[in-house]
Amino acid sequence: MTGLQWDWTMVWEALPELLLGFVKVTLLVTIVGSAIAAVLGLVIAIARRSAPKPIAAVLTFIVNFIRMTPIVVQLLFAYYLLLELDPVTIGVIIFGIHYSTYMAEVYRAGIDAVPAGQWEATTALSMSPTRTWVAVVIPQALRSTIPALGNYVISMFKDTPFLIAITVTEMVRAALVFGGNHFTYIEAITTAGIIFLIASYPTSLLIGRLEKRLAFSN
Amino acid sequence: MGENIAALIGALPLVGEGVWITIQLTIGGALLALLIAIGLGLLARFENIVLRGIARAVIEFFRGTSLVVQLFWFFFVMPQIGVELPAMFVGILALGLNYGAYGAEVVRGSINSVPSGQWEATTALSMGSAQRMWRVIFPQAWALMIPSLTNLLIQLLKGTAIVSFITLADLTYATDKLRNSTDTFFAYGVSLIIYFVIAYALTLIMNALEVHAKHKLGRGESLREALSFRAPRSAGGKAGVS
Repeated sequence: MTGLQWDWTMVWEALPELLLGFVKVTLLVTIVGSAIAAVLGLVIAIARRSAPKPIAAVLTFIVNFIRMTPIVVQLLFAYYLLLELDPVTIGVIIFGIHYSTYMAEVYRAGIDAVPAGQWEATTALSMSPTRTWVAVVIPQALRSTIPALGNYVISMFKDTPFLIAITVTEMVRAALVFGGNHFTYIEAITTAGIIFLIASYPTSLLIGRLEKRLAFSN
Repeated sequence: MGENIAALIGALPLVGEGVWITIQLTIGGALLALLIAIGLGLLARFENIVLRGIARAVIEFFRGTSLVVQLFWFFFVMPQIGVELPAMFVGILALGLNYGAYGAEVVRGSINSVPSGQWEATTALSMGSAQRMWRVIFPQAWALMIPSLTNLLIQLLKGTAIVSFITLADLTYATDKLRNSTDTFFAYGVSLIIYFVIAYALTLIMNALEVHAKHKLGRGESLREALSFRAPRSAGGKAGVS
C-alpha cells in the first residue's frame, strides 16, 4: 500500500467521537485547570514575596522541581497514588498545579514591574499588607500579565493529549482508538491535529493583538 | 525502604537504559530543533513574501498542532502511507519539529532586537548580508536568545516522557517497570529526581553557554573566571569592598 489513501467517510465517522473528547475533556481540563493555575499562581507569587525567607526558599525549590519535571510523570504519579479518584479530576488538579508554577513567574514579573513609588505610597498611607496587595499592587500587576497568562492557557490546551498516559479519553486518544478499530490512523489523527490548529491559532493571534494593545496603552 | 533500595539496585540496568534513551532523545531533538529554529527564524525575516509565508506557515503549523498529535502522526500514519520509520527517529523528528517551531520565534525576536546601530555599522563597512549576519548580528542575538532557548530545552526534555507510547523504553517506561517491585511513591520519586537532575544539568550547561556568548561580545567575565572560586568582581574590574 503506497500513496495517501484519504477517506472522507472515515473523517465523518470519527468526527463525533473526536469532538466529544474535545468538549468533554480537552476544553474542561483547559478551562478548570487554568482557573486553578491562575489563582494558585498568584498565591505562590505573593507568598514568595511576603513569606519569611526560609519558607520562600522552600517554596522556590518546590516550584522549580515541578517546573523541571515532566507533566506526564506527574500525572502518572498522582494517578497511581490516588487510584480512587477519577482520572479527569486528577488531570485537572495536576494541570492546575503544573501550570501554576509557570503563571507564578508571570505574576512575579508583573509585581516587580509595579513602580516602587506605589509601594512607598501604601506605607506612607499606612495601609495594611492585605489592602496594599488587593487595592494597589495586584490591579496594576495584573494588567501586563494577562497576555502571558493567555499563552500558558494555550500551551495547557496543547498539552492535554498527555492525559493519554492516565487513560483519559480526550481527543487524541479517541483518534487512536478509532484508528485501531478501523485499521486506518490517517484520517482520525490528522483531523485531531487540524482541530487543535483551528482552536489554538486564532487564540494565539488574539493574544498577540492584546499584547500589542496593552503595550501601547502603557 | 530497604526493599525499595534493593529493588532499585536490581532495576538499575533498566533505569540506566531508560535514562540513556531519554538523553539521546533530548540531545537529538534539541540539535534538530536548533537547526530548524535558526533556519525558520532567518527565513521568517526575509523580505520575499513567498519565503516568509512558507516559514510562517510551517512555524504556525508545528506550534498549533500538539506535540503528541505530531508524534502519533509520524508513528501511526506514516507507515500507512508507505514510510516506515524507526521509533527513535520518529521521537527526535517530532520533538525537533515542534520545539524548532517555537525556537524559530525566539531566534526571529532576538535578531530583531539587536540594536539598529549595529545593522547600520555593517552597511557603513559595506559588509555582505551573510557576513553581516554571521559576524555581527547573530553573535549578539545568540546571547539574547539563550535564556529562552533554555526554557524550550527543559520543555523538550519533559516532552520526551510521552515516547513510551511509541514503544521507546525511556525513563518513564523504566519507572513504570520499577513500580512493579517497589511502591509507587518510591518509583516515581526516583524518576522525578532523575528528570530534575537532568534538567538542572542542562540549565547549568546553558548558563555556561550564556556566559561564554556574552564574554565573546566583551560583556562580562570569561567562563573560566565565572567558574573559579574567588570573590566576585565589581563592575569596574577591581575587587569588591574588602
